[in-house]
Amino acid sequence: MKIFTKAYWLQWSSPKTFYPTAGKMIPWFMISGLILTIIGLYYSFFVAPTDYQQGESYRIMFIHVPAAWMSMWLYFVMCIYASIGLIWRTRLSDMMAGAIAPTGAIFTFIALWTGSLWGKPTWGTYWVWDARLTSELILLFLYFGFIALRAAIDDPQRAARASALLALVGVINLPIIYFSVKWWNTLHQGASISIDSAPTMAATMFTAMLLMTFAFWMYSIGIALMRVRNEILEKEKNASWVQELLRDGK
Amino acid sequence: MKQRHKRLALVLGGVAALTVVATLIFNAVNSNMQFFFSPSQVVAKEAPVNASFRLGGLVKEGSLERENDGLTVHFLVTDNAEDVQVTYVGILPDLFREGQGVVTQGAFNGEGNFVASEVLAKHDETYMPPEVADALEKVKQQQKAEGGTI
Repeated sequence: MKIFTKAYWLQWSSPKTFYPTAGKMIPWFMISGLILTIIGLYYSFFVAPTDYQQGESYRIMFIHVPAAWMSMWLYFVMCIYASIGLIWRTRLSDMMAGAIAPTGAIFTFIALWTGSLWGKPTWGTYWVWDARLTSELILLFLYFGFIALRAAIDDPQRAARASALLALVGVINLPIIYFSVKWWNTLHQGASISIDSAPTMAATMFTAMLLMTFAFWMYSIGIALMRVRNEILEKEKNASWVQELLRDGK
Repeated sequence: MKQRHKRLALVLGGVAALTVVATLIFNAVNSNMQFFFSPSQVVAKEAPVNASFRLGGLVKEGSLERENDGLTVHFLVTDNAEDVQVTYVGILPDLFREGQGVVTQGAFNGEGNFVASEVLAKHDETYMPPEVADALEKVKQQQKAEGGTI
């Protein structure tokens, strides 16, 4: 089988092979993201029932929870790419890490912002310094640090190595965010959905949340591929295949 | 050992070392990571005595009393083991109710009464439609009427 050979996998670390494939994949991810968003929002606002305690304000969670999940998941994926780049010295991995970071930062910001808007009517405050909120804020700063460090160093190889190290140091924050509500007393409630127990929410609420999560996920992949294509063109602008591409006007 | 295997080992070792360091640090500062103290901790004198701190737990069922000025409230904060008497003057959050979680900031006055300057509602992780909540409540009442324990 072709996919079991090393050469098959290695070709994808080449920007030249990856560029057109990414281009073909983008519309699929973006369109499925859009469709899932429409269905997900419909479920969130019209199908999911009113909550017995919070009334309608709980519907913020259909944006908040998927955004928070994505903020952590994207950081994890970014770290995987960063470490592959660190270990195998593949340029494309660093570009992928760089392409994911802005989307991760945006989702972190959305999670913090919507959480704050939910906190005011529910808790009675926009912000508290409990372990969950603080560690999520640190995640936002980690994304900013990663983006800034990568942009601050001119030599691409050194920039890749330095930012990958920062990303790896920051990965320790992920279990802290996730388990903060278990390890310590926090104002933020525990997880409604976990691997080892049934979700403590109505089934349609759960469906709406899953739909929104996949919608955000598809969008994240699509937008990251768009960004990485731009970066490939920029970094490889002197390569002959890019020159040909530009000449052909594609 | 190939160069990239060395780097792989370095990355994995680095993350492992970092995990150990973080675990040790968080173990050492564990009490500082807590957002609030429970009534049991207060009774066990783990909470600060003459300083402001946060007290968290459930508002005990049937303990809420409102004074005639409409602003002053008294209630018990419980963790189902110990209770602490709390007094608060001000507007309570919408989700404040008996049997629900609450986090209050304040300090003890001389008479063993916790005077709160801020009350936050702590929501739990259960979300359900009102009809389901009603049905659950009905079952609970029925079981109570039959003298069974839940």
